[in-house]
This record gives sequence, C-alpha cells and structure tokens, in this order.
Amino acid sequence: METAYNLIGAGLIVIGGGIGLGQIGGKAMEAIARQPEAAGKIQTAMIIIGALLEGLAFGALLLGKN
Amino acid sequence: MYRAYFKIAFFALIFTAFATAQAQEHNGDYAFDDEIESDGGKVNTKEEIDSYIDHHLKDSHDFHLFSYSDDAGVRKHVGFSLPVIVWSSEGLKFFMSSRFHHDDDGKVLVKAGDATFTKLHSKIYELDSGATAINFDADHHPTNAHRVFDMSITKSVFGLLLIGLLMLLVFGALAKQYKTKKIPTGFGRVLEPLVLYVRDEIARPNIGETKYRKFMGYLLTVFFLIWISNLLGLTPFGFNITGQIAVTVCLALFTFIIVQFSGNKDYWMHIFWMPGVPVLMKIALIPIELIGLLTKPFSLLVRLFANITAGHVVVMGLIALMITLKAQFGIVGSTGLSIFLTLFLSVIELLVAFLQAFIFTMLSALFIGMAVAEHDHHEHAGTEEDDIDEVRERFI
Amino acid sequence: MLDLINDFSPGLFFMQALILIILIVLMRKFAWKPILNALSEREEGIAEALAAAENAKIEMANLEASNQAAAQEARAQRDEMLKDAREIKEKMIADAAGQAQEKADKIIAQAQEAIEAEKKAALADIKSQVADLSVDIAEKVTRKELSQKDAQHALIEQLLAEANI
Repeated sequence: METAYNLIGAGLIVIGGGIGLGQIGGKAMEAIARQPEAAGKIQTAMIIIGALLEGLAFGALLLGKN
Repeated sequence: MYRAYFKIAFFALIFTAFATAQAQEHNGDYAFDDEIESDGGKVNTKEEIDSYIDHHLKDSHDFHLFSYSDDAGVRKHVGFSLPVIVWSSEGLKFFMSSRFHHDDDGKVLVKAGDATFTKLHSKIYELDSGATAINFDADHHPTNAHRVFDMSITKSVFGLLLIGLLMLLVFGALAKQYKTKKIPTGFGRVLEPLVLYVRDEIARPNIGETKYRKFMGYLLTVFFLIWISNLLGLTPFGFNITGQIAVTVCLALFTFIIVQFSGNKDYWMHIFWMPGVPVLMKIALIPIELIGLLTKPFSLLVRLFANITAGHVVVMGLIALMITLKAQFGIVGSTGLSIFLTLFLSVIELLVAFLQAFIFTMLSALFIGMAVAEHDHHEHAGTEEDDIDEVRERFI
Repeated sequence: MLDLINDFSPGLFFMQALILIILIVLMRKFAWKPILNALSEREEGIAEALAAAENAKIEMANLEASNQAAAQEARAQRDEMLKDAREIKEKMIADAAGQAQEKADKIIAQAQEAIEAEKKAALADIKSQVADLSVDIAEKVTRKELSQKDAQHALIEQLLAEANI
C-alpha cells in the first residue's frame, strides 16, 4: 500500500515538475523569439532555473522514496 | 603530437595487462568457491536484473569487467581486486578484496589480525568479538556486526584517482605547452576552449570580474572532475562515481564551505538582518534564510546524484530489455530495440553528463558570486535618472 | 531517504574529500595557474597589440597630416621665394633702367652742354667773324661811296649773302 502512495506521490512530483519545466521552457522560447540577440543569456538563465526546479523535484522524489 | 596517443595506448595496455593478470589470479581462487558466487553470474530473470542494477549503482570493492562461461561451463571473471583499508576496533586493517571471493551476502569471513570482516551489500562489516557467523534480524539487518570506517580503494575511489591522474597529466601537459608557445597544439586545442568556457561563461559572469580568479582552481577542478566522472560512467567499465551519494555530498559540502568562508558582510547581513524590511519581518526571515542556506548544497548534491543514478538505471534497464522482451519480440527484435533505445538514451546521457557538470559548477559559481557580491544600495537612488537614460538609449 | 542515508559511506566521503583537496591543490599549482596566467597574458598581449595597432594608425594619420602641412608650408615658402625673386628681378630691372636713364640723361646733358659750349664757341666765332666781316664790309663800304640808298641796301644784301653764316 505504501508503495502505491509513493508512486502516486512520485507521479504528482513529476506532474508538478513537468508543468514548471514547461513554463520555463515556453517562456524562454518566447523571450528568445522576442529578443533573439539575448538568446545566450536567456538560455543560461533557463538552464539554471530548470536545474533548480529539477533539484527540487529530485529532492522530493528521494524524500518520498522509502 | 603523437606522443599523447602513445601515452594513452600505453596506459590502456598496462590496464588490460593488469586486468588479465588479476583475472587469472581470480580464476585460481574461484574454482573452489563456485557455490558462494553472488554477483557476476548469469543474469536472466527480472529479479536478477534488478539486483544487478542495484549492485551496479553501489560502490564495489573490486573491479569487475565482465564474466563468461568457458567450455567446461565454469564461470570466469575478468577484472582485478582492489585493496581494502578499514578502520576497525582493532585499528587500521589492510587486505585485498579478492579474499572476499566476490561474496556480497556476508557469507565469507575474512580474518585480518584479530578482527573478522565480511561484506554485505557492498559494505564491509566487522563481526562483534566472539561471533563466528553473521546473524540477521527480520529486516535483514545484521545483529552481531557493525559497519566500519571503510577507506578502501573502492571502484569509485579508483576511478577518482584515475581521473585525477588523467587531469594532472593532460592539463599539466597543456600548462607546459604554454611555456614554449602562445597557442597550444594537438589535444591542447580541445582543452583550451573548455578552460576558457568555464572561465568566461561560468566564473566571470557569476562571480564578477575582480574576484573570479580566486575561485577558478576549485571551479575548474570540480567541473572537469564531474564531467569526466560522468563520462566514465557511460563507458562499459561501469564506474558510477557521481552516482555515489558520498561523492556528491562531498562536492556539495566543498561548495558550501567555500561559499560560507568567502561570504562578505553583506552576505551575512542578508541572512541574519535583512535590510529594508520591518524588524518583525527580519526576525521571521532568519530561519527562512538559514533553511535556504542549507537547501542550496542539498539541491546541488541531490541533483547530481539523482541525475546520474537515474541515467544509469534507465540505460541499464534498456540494455536489459534485450532479456526481458526476448519472449515477446524474439532475440533479434529485443536486441535491436534495446540497442536502438540504449543508443538514443546514451546520446542524451552524453549531454546530461556535460550539463550536470556545467550546472554544478554554474550554481557553485552563482552561490559564490552571491556571497562575494558588493551591494551598493545608496548609489542607486542618486543615479536613477541616469539609469532611465541608459535604458532608453538601449531601446533606441 | 533512509536507503540513501544507509548508502552513504563515510569512508568514501573521506577518500573523496582527500582526493579532491589534493587534486585541487595540485591542479592549481601545476595546471590552472600556469594555464590561466598564460591565457590572460595572451589576452593582454592581444589587447596591447590591438591598442598598439590603433595607436600606429593614429600616428600614421598624424604623420600624414603633418606631412601635408609640411608640404603646404614648403609650397607656400616656394611661392614666397618665387615672389621675392620676381620682385628682386623687377627691382633690379627697374634699377638698371633707372641707372641707364640717368646715365643716358647725363650723357645727353653732357652732350647738350658740349653742344651748347660748341654752339657758344661757334657763336662767338661767328660773332668774331661777323665783326670781322662787318669790319670788312664797312671797309668795302667805306671804300666805295656811300651815296645812294639803294646801292647801299643792295650792297648790304650782297654782303649779307656773302657773309652767309
């Protein structure tokens, strides 16, 4: 039973992380489309924020792992 | 220029020679202990695959390359054993891991002096005095043995030493090149842009032009160490260095310590007495900031560990498709699918290997930059108009 | 999480820390420091070279400008000199002409004086001759008879025609 809850939790984390990453990626694309000359900077910022989010999601996954 | 290739070839040669020599030694040991073998045997069922992957993710005390059955049906292992160095109740003990005979279930006891050791799930336990065999409780935890401080040259430590040596050789050679000429030749031409990349893309923009130089040694070392470790994890040697939680904890702790020690007055001020907010808020912000202080290295270590572990699990799982899907797709189908998917994922992992090294270094640089940043709050108020002008100019 | 904490190997942590510290120290000493120094040296060298090139360009432009100025000046000087020379020439010519005029005037004056003197001398001579002639005529007249007026006039006419000066 506990495993099932763990899996549901993992699914929720992945959903949340996915939404977050989608937002970051989408907005970054928009920003790059708007200002193509700042693409490098936006990309770096995007990767950093993505990494922070990823760390959060992985942390939650590991915390939830029994 | 060709000297470098010769060097690499030479090391490879020594490596294989060493491996085969050790393998033969093993075989001698091995003929008698066939029944206690727990890893390196044939892996065919889902449970075996799971345990194999599980085993791979852990550190091991010997360097196992591959196993095969010879004509007589005897399993042979190719690899070499590594030294075990433990700090036990009887003091420092040293012996070769071959004495465990590949046992991983606490069945083989090794006597070193007065202490008795056994290996259980890649960890070395010391039996309590008087115990002759290891006993387990209901949860499969040993009851009459305890963990020891294990400073063995494990596979990961061996890998780290190898990488360290490689880095020293390669970058030392690059450094030597600069003595005689301004522009490096040969392999140095590949390395120089990487060093420049770390300097210009990671350190300079995040730490600042004036202070970055002091942290370059750490950032460059960590960047290349993580990157090469990650790449080595993709080779069939089966290293999983950055997938060891101890390794990533150590790396993150180094960043943490460096950040705390290089933090200036402003940095501590922002943690303990946030300027520009009411007093009550200041007090409320202290625990939040302190938690933030700790979550930064935590996220660093978890990210690296989880990414590499996940990558290894998925790659090995896809390789295992060859076996698990044999019934459904046949040998050719499952192998083809497995190879295709593994190849695809390996390319992604190649990117991840770089990305994780980059992210780790980048975030380290960012945290260091936040700690050493100079805040000039007062100057901004006076130059507001200039700023507006500047912004306008930029738009025009 | 418990699994992770259980997996954490203090020994590996210790070894990693040890290796990392040694590696950082060694790499700093033998690799990063010389590499970074060489890189920044090279960059400074490039920056310096670029600045030097820029300077050389500016200097070149300056030199060109000064060259042009010098050429201008030289031209002006040449013009000046030419002008002077022309002036001197004209002046010399004018002087020479003046002197020549003066000399000519002088010569003419002398000639006129000489002519005048000659004339005076000639006149004096004529006068003395006239006087002599008059005396001769008077002698002749006196020798002939001075009775008739017509004869006298004719005589005078004749005498004057004889005494053609």
